[in-house]
Amino acid sequence: MTDQEGLPTESPPTLFASAAPHIRDRASIPQIMYSVNGALIPALMGAIVIFGMRAAWLVLMSILSAVATEWTIQKLRKIPVTINDGSAILTGLLLAFNLPAGVPIWIPVVGSAFAIGIGKQVFGGLGYNPLNPALLGRAFLMASWPVHMTKDWLNPFWWTQANFHFFSWSVRVPGSSKIIDTVTGATPLEVFKTARGILLDPNSSPDKILAASDDLNAVLSSSKALFLGNVGGCIGETSALLLLLGAIFLLYRRVIGWKIPLAYLFTVAILAWVFSGTDGLFSGDPLFHILSGGVVLGAFFMATDLVTTPITYWGKIIFGTGCGVITIIIRLVGGYPEGCSYSILLMNLTTPLLDKYTLPKRFGLKPVPLREVRP
Amino acid sequence: MAKKTFRGGAHPPEHKELTQHKQIVDLPPPPRVTIPLTQHLGAAAKPIVEKGQVVLRGQVIAEATGYVSVPCHASLSGKVVSIAPMPHPFGGKMDSIIIESDGEDSWMEGIGVEETVDSLTVEEIKSRIQSAGLAGMGGAAFPTHVKLSPPKEKPIDTAILNGAECEPYLTSDHRLMLEATDDIVKGFRLIIRALGAKRGYIGVESNKPDAAKALAEACKDDPDIKVFLLQVKYPQGAEKQLIWALTRREVPSGGLPMDVGCLVQNVGTAEAVWNAIARRKPLTERVVTVTGPGVAHAGNFRVRIGAPFSQLVEAAGGLVDAGKVIMGGPMMGLAQPSLDVPVIKGTSGVMVLDQSSSRIPDPQPCILCARCVDICPMKLVPTRIATFVEYDMVDQAEKIGLLDCMECGTCSYVCPSKRNMVHWIKFGKLQVMAARKKARAAS
Repeated sequence: MTDQEGLPTESPPTLFASAAPHIRDRASIPQIMYSVNGALIPALMGAIVIFGMRAAWLVLMSILSAVATEWTIQKLRKIPVTINDGSAILTGLLLAFNLPAGVPIWIPVVGSAFAIGIGKQVFGGLGYNPLNPALLGRAFLMASWPVHMTKDWLNPFWWTQANFHFFSWSVRVPGSSKIIDTVTGATPLEVFKTARGILLDPNSSPDKILAASDDLNAVLSSSKALFLGNVGGCIGETSALLLLLGAIFLLYRRVIGWKIPLAYLFTVAILAWVFSGTDGLFSGDPLFHILSGGVVLGAFFMATDLVTTPITYWGKIIFGTGCGVITIIIRLVGGYPEGCSYSILLMNLTTPLLDKYTLPKRFGLKPVPLREVRP
Repeated sequence: MAKKTFRGGAHPPEHKELTQHKQIVDLPPPPRVTIPLTQHLGAAAKPIVEKGQVVLRGQVIAEATGYVSVPCHASLSGKVVSIAPMPHPFGGKMDSIIIESDGEDSWMEGIGVEETVDSLTVEEIKSRIQSAGLAGMGGAAFPTHVKLSPPKEKPIDTAILNGAECEPYLTSDHRLMLEATDDIVKGFRLIIRALGAKRGYIGVESNKPDAAKALAEACKDDPDIKVFLLQVKYPQGAEKQLIWALTRREVPSGGLPMDVGCLVQNVGTAEAVWNAIARRKPLTERVVTVTGPGVAHAGNFRVRIGAPFSQLVEAAGGLVDAGKVIMGGPMMGLAQPSLDVPVIKGTSGVMVLDQSSSRIPDPQPCILCARCVDICPMKLVPTRIATFVEYDMVDQAEKIGLLDCMECGTCSYVCPSKRNMVHWIKFGKLQVMAARKKARAAS
């Protein structure tokens, strides 16, 4: 290096200059996203055991479709491709977790493409989407192919029956187009809803009431099966135990907070206890409503989605409570047996308002009387 | 003893082990010093020497221009060679007096002899502090005598000595607390006396138990002074957080510690106060930690005000794969473009990062993880304030507390998206200040 007169000068070291702080925590977006993905692995393994390899293929196609959609849109828009940050994988995984295990292979493909395309990239990608993409994808599938989404339930361990094996893809009896009853079945929440409807209807016939009461007792006494996952339901929501394992990991690593899940579960429990019984108020079974359907999956993995949920302390508490209220309203008086995903989607819409009106009390705004200090 | 602390904060890796056991080394005067006229908050000093004039160490070379201003002193004996704009650690160039050493390093007469201080009046204490050029040595460099003169309606009952040193890597205060314990306590007593305060608290983070013990020992006969251990957490040494931790008093938004009857001084300032009053020694040197992965032998050095950073780096064995030189600590320090900048009164450390840790990853969009909300010591919503500024909505940012931010950097530190929130907030504050200035000029 030389100066203007051509005389050699000592070359200074190249120093970077940037704004403080000059050190940063190791936490990063990929670290968060892959932690959540990892926390879902126990539940995924459980799902594959319960529903066979079929579940694995559905999950795989869902993830591939999500990642491919993100890549394509970002390539077309000529913006940096972010498929390595793990967020598209998470969307694909969560969408598949919310599907019945008997759906055709194109359902997760279409659902994930919608989730990423319309749910996320249209708004500008990660960080800008107002609604949980996976749940939006599921809502889209529910509206478009309701029969597949509400009838393609498989019984747990259906693949252990005659004519089927672990790697069976088709759920029909080989050589026939018939789906046999022992393969598919209603979810506990469907049984609950139908039976409760009959019991609460004054015009029901006595035998119907007897049968319904048996059904209801059967599902309500199944909390052990619900906890372990030995019940019908969506791919990823059946085993509360395996989901809780992942949730504890995320709570421990502080990837998710306790406020939303706890508020959600607490509200569901209270409201279920008060309103869900058939013998008047305070006769319901809170445990059944927490363990059945998607509440555990929703409370720990979807109502805690960072982007679409509030960032303030009280915003989170209100958000979780609202999810619980809407879930129970849909389950008890709405048209669907399960209301978990709609409750979260609806509360997602309130997030900006919640954040705006629950800002923390700033340091120095509290009128604290000047008191003598006694150390 | 229960450790006291504040709400929020984070735990960046401390790395104090690099220098906390290294004794302070006195460095010889450098061949020349560059003494900027602006080293404190407030009006710049005015030069009273001319080019070519011979000066002695401790001689006033620039006088205070007003009440919120302090004079500058020659930090070695020699000849004034130039008064010109020179590179300044705050960025850009600022008017500075350059003195070339005569190698003698002789003090002005009457300096350094210990006198008794018992008969001094409060006014004499304050005027000696101002004429010694004292400005807060924790980093912000606010003129000390101004802090010691609260208005009558806001009496101060609690003086607090800040020995938290919560910035990672820095140990200059730690070493000073160990090596100049008595001077610090004596200086603190003078501060308490000048204020007429009822009590003095000393707060030390619990990663410096030896310093806390030494201080407690030094003031064990003084029932009004108490030493407290503080939890190790950044920013424990922030003024408002320290006051809250020790007294549970909340300095109001936009207010000053005196609004809740408190005053906070850094331990380095207390030592300088003792030197200024009892030994009539003006501020011509200070302790600086030179540390980080980019220097060969990290250490603590007592160096002349105005000495170039290069003297410190040489004393620390030179640069090793250096990528970034920072004045101060890694959380709030200022990155320097070169080693030519001088040590000023607020230089607590020179930190050198290596190449690999110098680059900060590109910022990603906010994913609203709320980590910054959870840790903000001022209970703000940093991501929202920063985003408002980023989208040119400074008025909205101001409504939710832009001006309450103390720029501690904890939000940017914990951000998984690596957003430069503090940078945006500083930018927003500048805009608000400019708008206010304009409004004042118009009315």
